[in-house]
Amino acid sequence: MKPLRENQTLIKGKSGKMLTDLKKSIPLTLMALPGILLMIVFKYLPLSGIILAFKRFNVRDGIFGSEFIGWNNFKFLFMSSDAWVITRNTLLYNLAFIALDVILAVAFAIILNELLHKKRAKLFQSIYIAPYFLSWVAVSFVAYAFLSTDNGLINRLLLTVGEESVSWYADSKWWPIIIIIFEVWKTVGYSTVMYMGALTGIPNDYYEAALVDGATKWQQIRHITIPCLRTMMLVLVTLAIGRIFFSDFGLFYQLPRNSGPLFSVTNVIDTYIYRALKETGDIGMSAAANLYQSVVGFVMVVGVNLIIRKVDKESALF
Amino acid sequence: MRYSRRREKTTVLSRKRGEAVEELKINQISKRTNLILELLMGLIALCTALPVVLVIIISFSSEQSIFEKGYSFFPAELSLKGYEFFLKLGDQLVKSYGITIFVTIVGTTISLTVTALFAYVISRQDYLFRKPLTFLMLFTMLFNGGMVPAYMINTQLLHLGDSIWALILPMTINAYYIIVLRTFYRSIPMEIIEAARIDGSSEFNTFVKIVLPLSKPGIATIGLFTMITYWNDWFSGMLYMMDNRKYPVQTLLWSMQNSLEAMKASSANALEYAEMARNAPTESGRMALTVLVILPILLAYPFFQKYFVKGLTIGGVKG
Repeated sequence: MKPLRENQTLIKGKSGKMLTDLKKSIPLTLMALPGILLMIVFKYLPLSGIILAFKRFNVRDGIFGSEFIGWNNFKFLFMSSDAWVITRNTLLYNLAFIALDVILAVAFAIILNELLHKKRAKLFQSIYIAPYFLSWVAVSFVAYAFLSTDNGLINRLLLTVGEESVSWYADSKWWPIIIIIFEVWKTVGYSTVMYMGALTGIPNDYYEAALVDGATKWQQIRHITIPCLRTMMLVLVTLAIGRIFFSDFGLFYQLPRNSGPLFSVTNVIDTYIYRALKETGDIGMSAAANLYQSVVGFVMVVGVNLIIRKVDKESALF
Repeated sequence: MRYSRRREKTTVLSRKRGEAVEELKINQISKRTNLILELLMGLIALCTALPVVLVIIISFSSEQSIFEKGYSFFPAELSLKGYEFFLKLGDQLVKSYGITIFVTIVGTTISLTVTALFAYVISRQDYLFRKPLTFLMLFTMLFNGGMVPAYMINTQLLHLGDSIWALILPMTINAYYIIVLRTFYRSIPMEIIEAARIDGSSEFNTFVKIVLPLSKPGIATIGLFTMITYWNDWFSGMLYMMDNRKYPVQTLLWSMQNSLEAMKASSANALEYAEMARNAPTESGRMALTVLVILPILLAYPFFQKYFVKGLTIGGVKG
């Protein structure tokens, strides 16, 4: 049947072939249509709202009718000290997360993989990923159970040993570490599972060969396991670096309970944008901060991918 | 992490004898190392689980006990007052639960259908518009306008503010899930699809009858992820709902961070509320709501976690 059809298209010539191709693609196009529509309405149409970064928005004139003010929103943003603080916080936290995530997740994956009691290893793994499925709002209450000034577990413990209690939600000096602990608590299990998946893909022959050569376990890990995980690490780190300008909004908004005294160490680009949008209502400014984030984020993804492609073409994302 | 020289020799010997099983055993860590590592990993597991256990215990503690001992793993007195409070005030809680359940079911259905179809279409090497559509999807991953333009367009242009669809539609498309599913579909041999076509099956029929059953693990994983995302979504409610009676349950929980005011605003009977507020178990009440919010996930967790692990390791990160 197929050769016949090819014959037909040959006879019809080039335009005829295009027509049949087009006709053939109609059913598939229809199947993709709901996705195309949703994508256009909710991913592409919002891009037109970027223009707000260059406007002084007012409700009466709407998004497209409001007064155009050029780069003024950006001038205000970058003249304030906020721009520096939120950029610094975003970058530093993300760097800490990326490093801790790779180190801990790889270590956990390797150790779990070595444990003799496989069932127990599986149980541990299941427990590690569990927090990943909780919302940051729920986690904020988990944190509150420890950090509440009056009733929190930590303050009550401090009191019993005769120390003074700390008002956690007003004292910014502890928050970098608190944020890192909860981020790791919530997400490291997820990456551990990813690395464990990659571990199962390493051929057993490698280890057998190493054994014959008399390699110790430690040497096997250093010279076989870790190099084999390299692609996975590279991909995950690349993805993370590509998103280094973005943060998990819930972590920085919910966990510190939007507490003002903590802003110097908990305000990141995402929380700044939200507060400017919903709390102070400065739409032009928040749109400017948002565009700043989107553009730098885009440059990061493309740039990081270019570098990766030079180093290891296989691991490039696109 | 190291093992003795003598064992290495046995390995070589066992290799000679061709005893594969024995050999696998030889490359294990020693019993002592295992014990240490197991203790370490167990301790970490304990640290991971205990915070959630604490919240559950607090939700069952009496207000008096919290007043005396604070939030404690060992409350002086247990009580169901935290939960009773919500049962009495039930109105808003039931409403919010209803919204969350509706959003989760409808959202997951729409999202999964659309994602599965779109991913299939761009997985077909012979499809005419594969490249432009793939780009359309990939670009959303590389560049997105972010929260502000989306919020403004959705509220000003599409008038989704205070609408339940604001909690559903903006989240239906996730490029990452499309990529995972596309990778999944690619493992299905083209010959099967070709054969179905020759037998006169329409494209849609082929997809439903042949492709979908073959991609069950992938679909299940993406479906679970989508479901959890909708269930856990407090942000859309916070962003789009001005009317706090329309909060999904996660957003309701958020509104309770500072007080139980949200309950007051939405309680049908203000007098009844005032009566209750006086002896409201605020402390255990909040934790009770937290437990009610995470409970469905904790209960479903043992069932979905194996899918989750499987799905994660199949698709891989890369498209």
